[in-house]
Amino acid sequence: MLEYLRSYMSQPVTPGEAGNFLWATIYILLVVAGVSLAVLFMNWAERKALAHMQIRLGPMRVGPHGLLQPIADAVKLLTKEDIVPVGADKLVFYLAPVLVVITAWTVFLVVPFGPTYAVTDMNIGILFMLGVSSLGVLGIVMAGWASNSHYPLLGSLRSSAQMVSYEVAMGLAIVSAVMMTALDGHGLYGVAANHLETSGTLSMIGIVNSQAEQGTWFIFKFFPLGLIAFVVFAIAMIAETNRAPFDLPEAESELVAGFHTEYSGFRWSLFFLAEYSAMVAVSSIAVTLWLGGWLRPFASVHGPQITIPGYWQGGALDFAFSLLPALTFFLLAGFCFIGFVRMPKLPALRLQTLGLGAFGAVLALVALFLLVPAVRDRVQPIYWFVVKVSVFMYLYIWYRGTFPRYRFDQLMKVGWKVLLPIAIGVLVATAVLGVAL
Amino acid sequence: MPEEIKGSEQPASSNAPEQPVKADVQVAPGKSGDVAEGKKAEDVKPAAPAVKPTADTVAKPSAPAAPGGPAAAQQPAKPTGPAPAKPAAPKPPEGPKPQPWDAPVVARLKAMYGSGLKEASTYAGQNYVVVDKTILSEVLRIFREDEQFDFCVDVTAVHYPKREEQFELVYILYSFARNERVRVKASFKDGEAVPSAVPFWPTANWLEREAFDMFGMKFEGHPDLRRILLPEDWTGHPLRKDYGILQQDTEWVKVHLGIESGQ
Amino acid sequence: MTKGNAYTYHIERKADETFLDSTELILNMGPQHPSTHGVLRVVLKLDGEKVLGTDCVIGYLHRGVEKIAENRTYAMFNPYVDRMDYTAAVSNGLGYCLAVEKLLNVEAPPRAQFIRVILTELNRLASHQVWLGTHALDIGALTPLFYAFRDREEILKIFEKYCGARLTTHAFRIGGCIYEAYEGFEKEVTDFCNKFEPKIDEYEELLTTNRIWVERTKGVGILSGQECIELGVTGPVLRASGVKWDLRKAQPYSGYDKFDFDIPVGANGDTYDRYLVRIAELRQSVRIIRQAVAGIPEGPIMAKVPKVIKPPAGEVYVSIEAPKGELGYFIVSDGSTQPYRVRVRPPSFVNLQALDKMVRGQLVADVVAVIGTLDIVLGEVDR
Repeated sequence: MLEYLRSYMSQPVTPGEAGNFLWATIYILLVVAGVSLAVLFMNWAERKALAHMQIRLGPMRVGPHGLLQPIADAVKLLTKEDIVPVGADKLVFYLAPVLVVITAWTVFLVVPFGPTYAVTDMNIGILFMLGVSSLGVLGIVMAGWASNSHYPLLGSLRSSAQMVSYEVAMGLAIVSAVMMTALDGHGLYGVAANHLETSGTLSMIGIVNSQAEQGTWFIFKFFPLGLIAFVVFAIAMIAETNRAPFDLPEAESELVAGFHTEYSGFRWSLFFLAEYSAMVAVSSIAVTLWLGGWLRPFASVHGPQITIPGYWQGGALDFAFSLLPALTFFLLAGFCFIGFVRMPKLPALRLQTLGLGAFGAVLALVALFLLVPAVRDRVQPIYWFVVKVSVFMYLYIWYRGTFPRYRFDQLMKVGWKVLLPIAIGVLVATAVLGVAL
Repeated sequence: MPEEIKGSEQPASSNAPEQPVKADVQVAPGKSGDVAEGKKAEDVKPAAPAVKPTADTVAKPSAPAAPGGPAAAQQPAKPTGPAPAKPAAPKPPEGPKPQPWDAPVVARLKAMYGSGLKEASTYAGQNYVVVDKTILSEVLRIFREDEQFDFCVDVTAVHYPKREEQFELVYILYSFARNERVRVKASFKDGEAVPSAVPFWPTANWLEREAFDMFGMKFEGHPDLRRILLPEDWTGHPLRKDYGILQQDTEWVKVHLGIESGQ
Repeated sequence: MTKGNAYTYHIERKADETFLDSTELILNMGPQHPSTHGVLRVVLKLDGEKVLGTDCVIGYLHRGVEKIAENRTYAMFNPYVDRMDYTAAVSNGLGYCLAVEKLLNVEAPPRAQFIRVILTELNRLASHQVWLGTHALDIGALTPLFYAFRDREEILKIFEKYCGARLTTHAFRIGGCIYEAYEGFEKEVTDFCNKFEPKIDEYEELLTTNRIWVERTKGVGILSGQECIELGVTGPVLRASGVKWDLRKAQPYSGYDKFDFDIPVGANGDTYDRYLVRIAELRQSVRIIRQAVAGIPEGPIMAKVPKVIKPPAGEVYVSIEAPKGELGYFIVSDGSTQPYRVRVRPPSFVNLQALDKMVRGQLVADVVAVIGTLDIVLGEVDR
């Protein structure tokens, strides 16, 4: 058994490639836990950030500064009455949220958090992600149909039309990024030596390795083509996940409420989970394809060699960056500490104050843990990946607070008449430049 | 006269006429009528609030000593004189009288309709004409097309149950070109069909529906005459003077709300 | 015309149209809806997403204010008028007081007029902020609501200091004002004006050039100037359609002729123009307030009005430029202490009539935007 565990650890591949079931399972569990944690955190962050943009505070009572709010929400949703509408198609009704969650989580099989930190590295990685996330549309249509009410039906049809339309633009943007992976070792920006045997790859890890190879993130490649493709994808992914400003199908102030009207309690929470997981998934695609995945900024610059006995041996810049995860957690712990100090000294708030202090202490401990060399080195890629995805999450919240909603016909117009031509244009331009240069 | 009635407040024997009496200014609920019987309260003068026929007869012996007394500073001049045998209710204060309104349009209407134009006056700086109901449509058309009153501000009605033609329909019109307002009034009997103003001003659509709803005036030529503020199957027209302030359509309440009316 | 009970709809059908011919969907935006501002029911006849016709069902908030007026004395009725358009209570009170004063042939003294103007314009600001917040919320922008209400808080604080109430203020009495401007009133109002003008820029920054906002509001709910006049629409809706008409300038009341301000006018009569006109009106109101505060004369605040108000018999119609449009009071007096008839000409009621014309041919999502842009308050529509 231990042999089986150890046999994987020396291999520089993902567990899926190594064929190691146990590690694959462990990785899957870690990914599921991580995504769930991300959704939980995203729930809290959205409520707080949106509230602060609207000059109010957001949840403050449940746990210090509302930190336990997501848990309270989860408990509430689990204990709610499970209502199934009369005349609903029961099997389809039960299956719809399950299908949506399954597709939203299955895409995480290929998301790379590091050079070998993925459950598996399929050679069709990005295609797999795109295909599986499209299956989610089926779940939404099932939900609308099974509710036996014309408002959810219309909402689900609208939602699915929107998602399908924007997948076209997404796909084309992805293709132009994939085309750039074929440029290893060639062209103005290429790196002469060390190019990979295969040129051009759909594998997620391969795409990030390409960016490392070429020494530039694809967002900066053939400037501004990479940027335009990234922007097209960024807009399309918001429409794909039904978020503001493309959230007409689920807006409350419109006539037709969304496809999940008739769902309550746990079933609704599955839709909610799926939506946020899909947000994380498409953000991961954007990060992997254009923002260099797990690579830190200026990954090819190492700085002068320094040696700290027992602690570090390598480039100075690498050393500085390697301290960042721990510093981030120290910063967060610092915020908790400041909050702890500023809490009003009321007996009723004593528990919350202590909780905040304890949370800060835990964060500080994690930071210390991240300074341990073994952990420090392994955590680097994961840290950078998570930071980049967090930036996208914040953008999601920011858009929700700022933009009004698109009307449905305008939404479709943007998808078909604006994004699609731009995506095709970028694709053609990238292809031409890739061949010419 | 006030002094006579004062006696009803106190025992009719021993009070001096000038003794101030605290008057209660009470609102008589549900009181309606063409000439409402108001209550007056004076702080300095002897009060004489209650206007009941009995009070009059009781207090008759104390004949008006100084008719000019209460008709002093605060109240406009009241007709004084020898107390009639049956004292009428005190006359309401008279204000400025409406002045005749001289304008080309008035002259024209007078020329066209003669006695159909019953009155054309100005009161408090606001012009109005009172016309006969038969020529109402015509007059509205003249105002709309010839006199450029292209804006219909309001269409409403007032109920005078004591008159023979109980409902006085009031059109308030405004002219952008002239920056002038005018009121056109005509009286109708209960149940009589009223020509609708919708062909002239589409504004009148909902306004006439409300007049129908509140007063029961049926507008002929209205494209969609039904109740607007009250439910469709409500019976009764609330703004009529014979509709009580607390009255409801008990049948409707019972059927639609399932409770007893008045709760 | 199909006749039905209280809960069926009445949409015009062509003469030879049968049930089988219609491919339309009848959709009910019921009285309880996040976007109809108050209890308004709009029955829509749709062809897919396009609106073919509407029918507004109102009366859910009908309280019989006009009937109540016949059973109260003039002074006692004054608080009732606040409850009609409750977002602009001060304006309602002003209109009523002006009407009764006209019947009594008295005029409020200059100091009272200035105080009235200041409070009425502050109320215009508050009403427009409610409009801005809710209209933006309907279209999907969540944030301007909070910004607008935050600034409205300052105005409500001033009202509270002045007369004790934030919303239904009952600020004026027949003959003038009853409350003297409190200590520091001028300073607070001036401070508020100084703080508020940059906030208008903040609202504009969020919305005016926002691509999505422009697309949602340009070309939506177009009403030409001629149609406005025909339908009796007044207020910012009329001005946005190109008709430069404001009662404060056309027939000034309460000393408005002493102030210098512009009337913003729009060109196209669509929702975007109405938005721009109301934002410009915010700026003009601040201008008026500044002038009024700078020039308040000393003197009495109440004219000589008898303790018991008994206007001579007669009738009068007085209207003011309320934030929503032309608010008029037609009062018939028979010489007693209670009015014989009080008719309130509500701007929202007449403006709502234009809804049908504005949304025909537009999409369902635009109905919500148009209801918001008409700025109706159901308390006034139903009275």
